[in-house]
Amino acid sequence: MIISSSSMEAVEESLGEARKTFSSGKTRSVEWRKKQLRALIELIHDNEENIFKALHDDLGKHPTEAYRDEVGVVLRSLDTALSSIEKWVAPKKSSVPLLFFPAKGEVLPEPLGAILIFSSWNFPFSLALDPLIGAISAGNTVILKPSDQAPACSSLLANTIPLYLDCNAIKVIEGGPETSERLLQLKWDKIFFTGSPRVGQLVMFAAAKHLTPVVLELGGKCPTILDSLSNPRDFKVAVKRIVGGKWGPCSGQACIGIDYLLVEEKSASTLIELLKKIIGRFYGENPRESKSMARIVNKHHFARLHNLIKDPRVAASIVHGGTLDEDSLFVEPTILLDPPLDAEIMTEEIFGPFLPIITLKNIEESIEFVNSRPKPLAIYAFTKDETLKRRIISETSSGSVTFNDVMIQFLCDTLPFGGVDQSGFGRYHGKYSFDTFSHEKAVMQGSFFPEIEPRYPPWTLFKIKFIRLAYRLDYFRLVLLLLGLKR
Amino acid sequence: MAEEVLGREAASGLVKQLRETFGSGKSRSLEWRESQLKSLLKFVTDCEQDIIDALLSDLSKPPFESVVHEDINATTVRFKRCPTLTIKERALIAMLKNSCKLALKELKRWMAPEKAKTSITTFPSSAEIVSEPFGVVLIISAWNYPFLLSLDPVVGAIAAGNAVVLKPSEVSPASSSLLAKLLTEYLDTSCVRVVEGAVAETTALLQQKWDKICYTGNGRVGRIVMEAAAKHLTPVLLELGGKSPVVVDSGINLQVATRRIIAGKWGCNNGQACISPDYIITTKDFAPKLVDSLKEELEKFYGKNPLESKDLSRIVNSNHFARLTKLLDDEKVSGKIIHGGEKNQADLKFAPTILLDVPRDSLIMSEEIFGPLLPIITVDKVEESFDIINSGTKPLAAYLFTSNEKLKKQFVLTVSAGGVVVNDTSIHLAVETLPFGGVGESGMGAYHGKFSFDAFSHKKAVFYRSFVGDAAIRYPPYTKGKLRLLKALIGGSIWGIIRALFGRS
Repeated sequence: MIISSSSMEAVEESLGEARKTFSSGKTRSVEWRKKQLRALIELIHDNEENIFKALHDDLGKHPTEAYRDEVGVVLRSLDTALSSIEKWVAPKKSSVPLLFFPAKGEVLPEPLGAILIFSSWNFPFSLALDPLIGAISAGNTVILKPSDQAPACSSLLANTIPLYLDCNAIKVIEGGPETSERLLQLKWDKIFFTGSPRVGQLVMFAAAKHLTPVVLELGGKCPTILDSLSNPRDFKVAVKRIVGGKWGPCSGQACIGIDYLLVEEKSASTLIELLKKIIGRFYGENPRESKSMARIVNKHHFARLHNLIKDPRVAASIVHGGTLDEDSLFVEPTILLDPPLDAEIMTEEIFGPFLPIITLKNIEESIEFVNSRPKPLAIYAFTKDETLKRRIISETSSGSVTFNDVMIQFLCDTLPFGGVDQSGFGRYHGKYSFDTFSHEKAVMQGSFFPEIEPRYPPWTLFKIKFIRLAYRLDYFRLVLLLLGLKR
Repeated sequence: MAEEVLGREAASGLVKQLRETFGSGKSRSLEWRESQLKSLLKFVTDCEQDIIDALLSDLSKPPFESVVHEDINATTVRFKRCPTLTIKERALIAMLKNSCKLALKELKRWMAPEKAKTSITTFPSSAEIVSEPFGVVLIISAWNYPFLLSLDPVVGAIAAGNAVVLKPSEVSPASSSLLAKLLTEYLDTSCVRVVEGAVAETTALLQQKWDKICYTGNGRVGRIVMEAAAKHLTPVLLELGGKSPVVVDSGINLQVATRRIIAGKWGCNNGQACISPDYIITTKDFAPKLVDSLKEELEKFYGKNPLESKDLSRIVNSNHFARLTKLLDDEKVSGKIIHGGEKNQADLKFAPTILLDVPRDSLIMSEEIFGPLLPIITVDKVEESFDIINSGTKPLAAYLFTSNEKLKKQFVLTVSAGGVVVNDTSIHLAVETLPFGGVGESGMGAYHGKFSFDAFSHKKAVFYRSFVGDAAIRYPPYTKGKLRLLKALIGGSIWGIIRALFGRS
C-alpha cells in the first residue's frame, strides 16, 4: 500500500479551516472537548477488529500485543482525560504579596491554537492518538500526520477520524516526506514530533522560523543494568521481564525498548542460558512460526538491521539466534555477547530484536558506561541494592529510570513521559499532555483602590524608602513609615 | 571590557571545561547551590553602587548626586530628586535579591523528589519525579534591564544545579563589563562564567552544544537562537516582547488608570521594557477624556518640559533613537501626534508622545514600539478590542482597565497573551508565584520563582517495582484469554479483572 502525498493547497486549506474553527472559540468549551474524547472511545470500540488488522498488516502485531501496547494505552488515556478534564482546566490560584492587596493572581491554562502532530510507525496507533488526546483536552485544533511507513494504520486513522470527530477542528493528513516538508513550511502553535533525532532536528529548525515551540519524542540506546541477584527467583523474574521488554513490544522496535544489557562477567553464562530458555517458552522452538512476535516494519529497516550484524566481529559475538528472513521480514530474537563497542550495533540505536550483552567486572561500572554515551530515553535497572539505586538516580541522566521492570513507566500517567538531550525534550501523558498543549497564562486582577502613591514620579526620599520596604515585604516598618513614625 | 574576541575554539574549550566540572557532580550538591546563591546575593548587596553607576552610564546620564546611596535612614540627608533609573533599578535590585532569597529559602523543597501515584495495573509499585540539572546552560540577556534579565535566570540555573555561561548584552557595555569583572569574583568560576561580546561572540557560543539556552531579546534573534539550538536538539527558553495592548473601558477611576498606564509606559525605562504598554484601545467617546487625563498626569509626573525631567530615562543609543524617529516620521502617522513629540538627539532624550487614531497598517502599529510613543486606537464598542488584539501576534502582556465584571471575564478568557493584568500594568512581573513568559511571537517557556527552577531542571520520571506481582498475561505466547484479562486490567475495574480470571467476560 502506498500513501499518496498531499498537495500544498490541501495542506494550507486544512490549516486555514482549523484556524477558523479555533477562532470561533468552539474548541474551548469543555463540552466540545469531552464530546471529541467520547467519540474517540466510540471509534475504538466500533473499529477494534480493524485496528488489530491494520496493526497486523503493518507490523505483524498479535491482538494481545496490540491491545497491551496500543489500544489499551489509548483507552486509559481517554479515561484519565475524561475524568480529570474539569480539574485540569480550572485556573490555579497564586498567592500574591499583601502589598498588592486586594489583587488576585492565578494561572489560567489556555489552548495554543493549531497543533501539528507527527506520529511514528512503530506504535502507529497509540503514538498518534495519545498526543491527540492531550491536544484535544487542552482545547486545540489538530492536524495529525501519521507515518507513511505504517500505511494500513495511517489510512485507518485517515478514514475513521473524520467520521467520529469534529472534522473542522481535527484533521488527518496522509503522506510521506514531501507532505511533512509542506506541513513544516506553515506556522503552527505547537509541533509534537515522535521519531528519530535526525528528523527531530529538521522539525525544530523549521519551527524556529515561526517561533513555534516543539516537543521532540526521540529515542536512544536504553540500557538495562542487571545486578547479580542472589535470589534465583528474583533473577528469573528479572530475565522474564527483560525478554518481555526486549522482544515483546514490536520486536524491539520501540523507543523505550531495551537496547543493551549490562551485567557482571560472572553472571553472563547463567543469564544467557535463562534468556534462551525463556525465549523458547515465549516464542516456541521455531520463533519464525510464532504469532506472538511482530515483524520488522519494512525492507529498509530489515536491511539496516542486517547490516548491523554483518560486521564479522559482531557476527562472531552472536550466542543465540541470528537468522533473518527477508520475505517475511522476520528477524529472530538474537543475543550477542560483548560485541565490539565501536561497532555500529553499540553506537547506533538498534531498534530491532538484537540484544547485546556487555559484561563488566563490577556492576558499579555501569554508571560510567551509561554516562559516556548520549542520554537515553529510559534506563532500566534490576537490583535490590539501595546504594546502587540512589547512585543511578543521582549520577546518570535519562528521560526516566525504572527499577526492577521495563517499559511499565509508560503506563503510569502520573509520571511525565519524555526525553532529555538526544532523547528529546518536552513531556506528555496524563496531566502532562494537557500542560504540553496549553499555555499557562498568568492573570492578575487588581482594583482601583487602594492607590499606592509612592509608585509614581516625581520621586522623593519618602517614596524610595517606601519602595525599599515594600520590596522587602517589611509591612511593620511600612506602617511606621506611613504613620510618620519612622524616618 | 572584552579582552579579545571569543572564537569558536575558545568557546568550545570553555564549554568543555564547564562540562567537566559539571560531570564531577560539584554543582549538583545542595551546599554548592546554596553557597553560590548566597554569593550572588552578596554580590548584589556589596556592589549595589557599582551596579547603579553602570546602569546610569548605560541608560541614563552621568552619575547623579550621591544622595540616594547615602544612609537612607539618616535624618539629615538633604534630599534632591533622583533620576527614575536609580529608584526603578533599586526596585529591580530588590527584586533580584528577593528571588535569591526565595530560592535559598525554598531550595530544599524544590529539590525534593515529587511523589507520583501509581495505579492498580502496575501494583505493587511506587513512583516519583526527580528534578535534575540539565548540565551546561547558556543565558543570553538583554540591554534594557541588564542586571535583572541577566541575573534572574542565573538564579534559576544555579538553583537547579547547572553550570552557566552568561552573555550580557553589548548594548549596555558598562553593565556587561561589571558583570564580567565582578560577578566572577563572587561565584565559582569553575561552574559560572561571563562572556562579553557582540554578534561574533554570540555566534561562536551558539555553535556549541548546550543543554538549555535562555535568550531574552527580540523575535529576529530568537529565531536564530532556536535554529542554532535545533542542530544540537537543545531546548530553548525565549523571552521576547510584542505589542502589549491596554484596553481602557469607560466608567472607571480614570485618574488611577491613567497613572498606572503612565507608570507602566514611561515609568519603566521610558517604554523600553518588554512588558510596557505598547498601545491603547478605547472607545471613540471615551478617548478625549482619557487623552486629557494622560496629559494632566504626565505634566504632574514629568513637568512642563519632560526633556528636562530627571525622572525619565533616555533612549539607549542612537540606533534606537533613529528607529523611534522613523516611526514618527511615517506620513500616515506624523499628523496624529496630539501630545509630546519633542526630542533631543544630542542627549538621546525623547518626550512622552501620544498619537490618536493612527492607521492600523502603519509601521508604528505593526512593530513593537519599545520607546516612549503611545498610539491610541479608537473603536465604537470596547468589545471590538478583543478582535483587534487577537488578529495580531500574541503579545507578552495584555492589560485591561474596567469596572465591568463581565468584560473582565471575557477579556481574561479570550485574549491570548503571556500574562494578563486587569486594572494595572506591569506588576505581574513582581509576583514570584506567577510564571513569567510569552506565547507565540512573545516567546516560549516561563520563569520566576519556582518556575525558574523548573525551567532549568529536567523532570526525570523514576519508577520502582518489586519482583513480585508478575502477571503471565504480559508475556507471549499470546492467547484470547490473555487479551480478555488485559482489557479488564487496563480498564482498571476490579470486577472486570475477576470476571476475566474466571474466564467469563
